[in-house]
Amino acid sequence: MSADDFTIELDGLTKSFPDVRAVDGLSFKVARGEIFGLVGPDGAGKTTTMRMLAGVLAPDAGSARVAGYDMTRDPEGAKQHISYMPQRFGLYEELTVDENIRFYADLFGVPRSERETRAAELLQAAGMAEFRSRLAGKLSGGMKQKLGLVCALIHTPEVILLDEPTNGVDPVSRRDFWRILYTLLDQGVTILTSTAYLDEAERCHRVALLHEGRMLFCDTPENLKGNLDGAVVSIVCAEPRPVKELISGMEGISTMMIVGDGLHLVVREPERLIPELRSRIAAAGLKVDSVEKVAPSIEDLFVEAVQKKKGEKP
Amino acid sequence: MNWNRLCAMARKEMIQIRRDARSIGIVIAMPIVMLFAFGYGVSFDTKHIPVYVYDQEQSQASRDFLKRFESSRYFNVVRSVGNYPELVHAVDAGTCQIGLVIPPDFSARLGSGEQVRIQAIFDGTDSNSASLGMSYTEAVAQAHSQKLQLDWLRARGQGSVRAPLSVDSRTWFNENLESMVTIVPGVVAMVMAVVGTFLTSLTVAREWERGTMEQLISTPVTPLEIMLGKLLPYVAIGLIDTSVCAIMAVWWFEVPFRGHIWVFLLSTTLFLTVVLSLGYFFSVVAKTQLAASQISLIATFLPAFLLSGFVYPIDQMPAVVQGITHIVPARYYMAILRNVFLKGSSVFNMWQDFFGLALFAAILGLAATRIFRKKLT
Repeated sequence: MSADDFTIELDGLTKSFPDVRAVDGLSFKVARGEIFGLVGPDGAGKTTTMRMLAGVLAPDAGSARVAGYDMTRDPEGAKQHISYMPQRFGLYEELTVDENIRFYADLFGVPRSERETRAAELLQAAGMAEFRSRLAGKLSGGMKQKLGLVCALIHTPEVILLDEPTNGVDPVSRRDFWRILYTLLDQGVTILTSTAYLDEAERCHRVALLHEGRMLFCDTPENLKGNLDGAVVSIVCAEPRPVKELISGMEGISTMMIVGDGLHLVVREPERLIPELRSRIAAAGLKVDSVEKVAPSIEDLFVEAVQKKKGEKP
Repeated sequence: MNWNRLCAMARKEMIQIRRDARSIGIVIAMPIVMLFAFGYGVSFDTKHIPVYVYDQEQSQASRDFLKRFESSRYFNVVRSVGNYPELVHAVDAGTCQIGLVIPPDFSARLGSGEQVRIQAIFDGTDSNSASLGMSYTEAVAQAHSQKLQLDWLRARGQGSVRAPLSVDSRTWFNENLESMVTIVPGVVAMVMAVVGTFLTSLTVAREWERGTMEQLISTPVTPLEIMLGKLLPYVAIGLIDTSVCAIMAVWWFEVPFRGHIWVFLLSTTLFLTVVLSLGYFFSVVAKTQLAASQISLIATFLPAFLLSGFVYPIDQMPAVVQGITHIVPARYYMAILRNVFLKGSSVFNMWQDFFGLALFAAILGLAATRIFRKKLT
């Protein structure tokens, strides 16, 4: 691939805030027509990265090129070719769906006829055709996000930056959302999205795992999952700490972490280990609701990746 | 600058003003309420000062003297009391502001050509009213003693005695010397100083607070387009508001409008540029609506009230304070409005005030174009 085929290029991008280094020397490239996912917990630096790529935040060091523009030298030139959807709903609640669309179309210089056909198509795809005269403030959460996407796409961008776009969105709206994005990929648009959902990360061609502003891992979702050595066992219980103490040191458990509803373990042979865990917990008289194998979540992959990094450079 | 983007910003801003109940309240209700509150609430006329009288003689001569107080519109002789403690009590209780004591030998002393001493007690808790009451009382006594002197001379055969000096007073521009006539044009300036700054102080801060700014600055819109798009609707609204206030001043408060409408509109446009830019400036700097609106109220209300010549005449302020008034833009607009209403002055007559206002409009307008950054911090 030639250099032209990368529409997003980061090289040593760095941004510090008074109390934290939010993005620390981040480098990656996204090819034209690719959908690339930024994955990581809160505070990993996803939003800060998105903001720098959207040209609304100045980096301290490093460089970023988006749609052929240097984002430190000419961020304003790039903005005509970028769509950015911030994490927080950024539309005007006192304006109707149509008025919001018209406002953004005018800011990007979209001619009226083009605006009308494109708005009709996008609203149709979003399942919002009958809400055009409704105030944006009166839409449901999912509808608001879809309207945000419609406004962001009204000017046919080259690069789309989506910061946790489906956070708190109902499943039907999420499906609409992804259908629209896939149509755009076919037209050669590049999409960078951040997400906390594993199933969404799986829709990306490649994902980057961020931790404390650095990239831990950058590969396809399949390889990311393959990177997890074993299966995840979930122990649902009210008091995970005594359980953790009891089973720590048991053979075959590679990592343990306390999660919202109990304990997650990464194990090599779940079929052999699960009955053993159950009997040992019962013998100790500890109360647990269930011990089962579950599909790995972003957190599981994440903890595993962090552990491995630690193992690499002791 | 792109005309379509500017129009898009202005159109969006208008829709927001129209659909937001609070904005509508500020735009429509605030100027009218302030105009009436100040128009009626602030009055520098001292009329009908309540007077209590302790007339120890009750003669024809003393009653003639007191009649002068009764017939003056500045005094209102409320009661005649029969003893001194009652008079003192009335002053203490505040039921009267002046207590007059006529001595028991009033006519006897007059008859013998001796000077009669009348005691007048003033309630000094309001020093302004007290000093006005004092000079009015002295004027009444002066007039009466002059009349007595002339009577005395006439009685001695000098029939054609005339006072050596006489002043024919004629007050121009405010014939009846009513303070409302000078106050109301000043109120229009006050109202616009406060409302104008307040209006725009909310616009940018609201976008930061509601999270719409992040999306807005990711588009190709320029800072100049954002500023002009936000200010132009308010210039239109401000011109309408000021005109409504001016119409109310003429129609309701019966203040004469002797000047040219274009002088009024030109000065108003300049002043609106000043106050709207100032509000925009505060809005960009403060980033929250609460802080921005409070800064703008403090920065405009007190200077416009105290240092613009609205309440206290500027030429009677200490030199240092007079110097400070030059950086209060409301000062120039206040002077222009009073002159254009009452005197009908032209721009040329008031070139100094126009120059001051234009200078502030240029400085603050330019500062407003430079303050906004299309970046998060």
